Amino acid sequence: MAKVLTLVERDAREGTVWRSACALLTLARRLGEPIAVLGDTPDEEMVGALSRYGAAEIWCPADADKAARATNTDQAARATDTDLLAALAQRLDPAAILIASTPRGQETAARLAIRLDSGIITDAVDLRPGPGGEAVAVQRCLAGSYLVESTIIRGVPVITVRPEAALPEPHPAEAALHTIAVEPSPQRAPHVVAIPKPRAARPALDHADIVVAGGRGVGSRAAFAVLTDVAEALGAAVAGSHTAAELGWVPPEARVGLTGTTVHPRLYLACGVSGSVRHRAGMQGAKTVIAIGDDPAAPIFKLAELGVVGDARTILPALLAEIRARRPPHDPR
Amino acid sequence: MKIVVLTKHVPQAIGEVSFGPDLTVNRSAVRCRLQDADEYAVEQAARIACRRLDVQVTALTMGPSGASAALRTALARGADEGVHILDDALHGCDAPATSLVLAAACRRLGFDVVLCGTASTDSAMSVIPAMLAERLGVPALCRCDTLRTDEDLLHATRDDGTGTGGTEDLTAAMPAVVSVTDRSGEPRYPRFEAIADARQKLVRTWSLADLGIETTHVGLAAAATKVGKVTRAEPPPTTVTEDPHSAAVRIADFLTQQQFL
Ligand SMILES: Cc1cc2nc3c(=O)[nH]c(=O)nc-3n(C[C@@H](O)[C@H](O)[C@H](O)COP(=O)(O)OP(=O)(O)OC[C@H]3O[C@@H](n4cnc5c(N)ncnc54)[C@H](O)[C@@H]3O)c2cc1C
Ligand SMILES: Nc1ncnc2c1ncn2[C@@H]1O[C@H](COP(=O)(O)O)[C@@H](O)[C@H]1O
Repeated sequence: MAKVLTLVERDAREGTVWRSACALLTLARRLGEPIAVLGDTPDEEMVGALSRYGAAEIWCPADADKAARATNTDQAARATDTDLLAALAQRLDPAAILIASTPRGQETAARLAIRLDSGIITDAVDLRPGPGGEAVAVQRCLAGSYLVESTIIRGVPVITVRPEAALPEPHPAEAALHTIAVEPSPQRAPHVVAIPKPRAARPALDHADIVVAGGRGVGSRAAFAVLTDVAEALGAAVAGSHTAAELGWVPPEARVGLTGTTVHPRLYLACGVSGSVRHRAGMQGAKTVIAIGDDPAAPIFKLAELGVVGDARTILPALLAEIRARRPPHDPR
Repeated sequence: MKIVVLTKHVPQAIGEVSFGPDLTVNRSAVRCRLQDADEYAVEQAARIACRRLDVQVTALTMGPSGASAALRTALARGADEGVHILDDALHGCDAPATSLVLAAACRRLGFDVVLCGTASTDSAMSVIPAMLAERLGVPALCRCDTLRTDEDLLHATRDDGTGTGGTEDLTAAMPAVVSVTDRSGEPRYPRFEAIADARQKLVRTWSLADLGIETTHVGLAAAATKVGKVTRAEPPPTTVTEDPHSAAVRIADFLTQQQFL
């Protein structure tokens, strides 16, 4: 059976690293034999997890240990994910290479497509075999208004995959660990000179990946505390509308809007926020919006991919319980 | 110091865009403009030019005849000259072909820095900057929030990509390709005189022959991706009214599906 390579991301957000890797393995199974590729030598636990999700083989660079000892600021001699995947593409002649569509993944995929002289499809939301067994990818294009199905007709298909393309499904296999000698390409990676800010428990608002925002509809300071707990459980930053700040529920610097902070998160969860023009000016760069509010005519619902009409004061505690129930124990780590 | 800034002319209202019979974007049916993402790149080029004397900024676009309007905007905002790659054989280029052509133009112009936006509003792939870097054999600094130059080094900060709000500081020797985000600094609106003056600036038009590229290597016929089917997506927004518990489950399911949980 044709092999399908999946790149296991080195340092995605804690908890999602295995989820994205397992989702890619789940998808790879539809197209052939799933192979996990990673830049470091995996420990026993990782081998176990990758096996559980169907990896038939695991490949890592032969000198991964030596490279890992080089510090983060001294990456000169380190083979990149592109180098590794290019070497494996040559060795294993895979039917496709799947990469999570994170910023780093997108960069790797772009370079890889050029190096292999292959076609590339980015941000696939679905992937299935076509009549000849080739990978058919579905993209959501032009602000989500079109679904586009395409195939790659040159080289080893390089496909980046959005998280919603598949939920990880276990499929126990016995993964065999292999190594490959990889020649680092000359000096093409920028140097990481410093990671200045230690990770805050909760991310800074203007850089946050997830923002949980509350408005007047949250109702009270006590209810706002529940919202803060929801944010904590999601690893999100807390924000508020101008009204929420005026009521003293959030500090002024947590205001999102025309005169406040501008945010560009992957997810914006708006609770009891009507979504005035001024508020929208600060958050319309959000990738996905979920809105909870009691007025279905509120403008925020126009931006929302999921809108829940209801009382934020009762939904938030239920949501907190639901998130806590689903968190770590279920994580396929 | 030579800066090439990439400027793409894209449909103004993405919601109104449709596909032509060959399943490429119907570019003649919609009004286009210089895309926002690239205005940030032009702005960064202009800021670097303010801080040192030896800077020459060339705005580069590849697109149908209307695309020269994107160059005029870039010229009004501080670019010194423009280059428009125009050739009917380019219609239907995929991302690898687009990067092939842009790389050839960058080589011909010579550069210390190629500045671009993070993603196009029409294709939204975010791959051209890294593809260019790979073809040109130089480092790529993608998605930078800040950018500073000194004698021969670039310094940048960006999100560290871990989703925790952390940032990382990067350096790379020039020449390099840099893509900047919309956090890199708001583009300043050009003064009227600058807009008028931009009409006097030089815009050169290059064909594939000028770049020494065979027409068989680009365009729809050479695309490595084949579009099979295009369908209008059903309207995505779903608004639901449910009791608090099922509402919570609904939201959590959505979060799980999108892998936030
Ligand atoms: C929604 C969408 C999804 C895409 N997905 C992918 C993908 O998965 N993989 C991939 O490799 N590429 C992708 N692309 C990039 C794209 O370049 C396509 O591959 C596709 O073949 C070209 O589609 P288009 O409709 O933009 O073509 P065109 O409208 O022909 O544009 C292609 C490029 O050529 C330029 N161009 C067009 N005519 C001329 C001319 N006369 N002179 C000079 N330049 C010209 C355009 O400005 C543009 O940069 C995508 C593009 C869009 C809009
Ligand atoms: N046809 C083009 N002409 C000029 N620049 C382009 C073109 N296509 C892409 N770019 C540049 O590459 C960036 C990323 O584009 P993309 O990979 O298509 O999302 C854009 O913000 C532009 O700066």
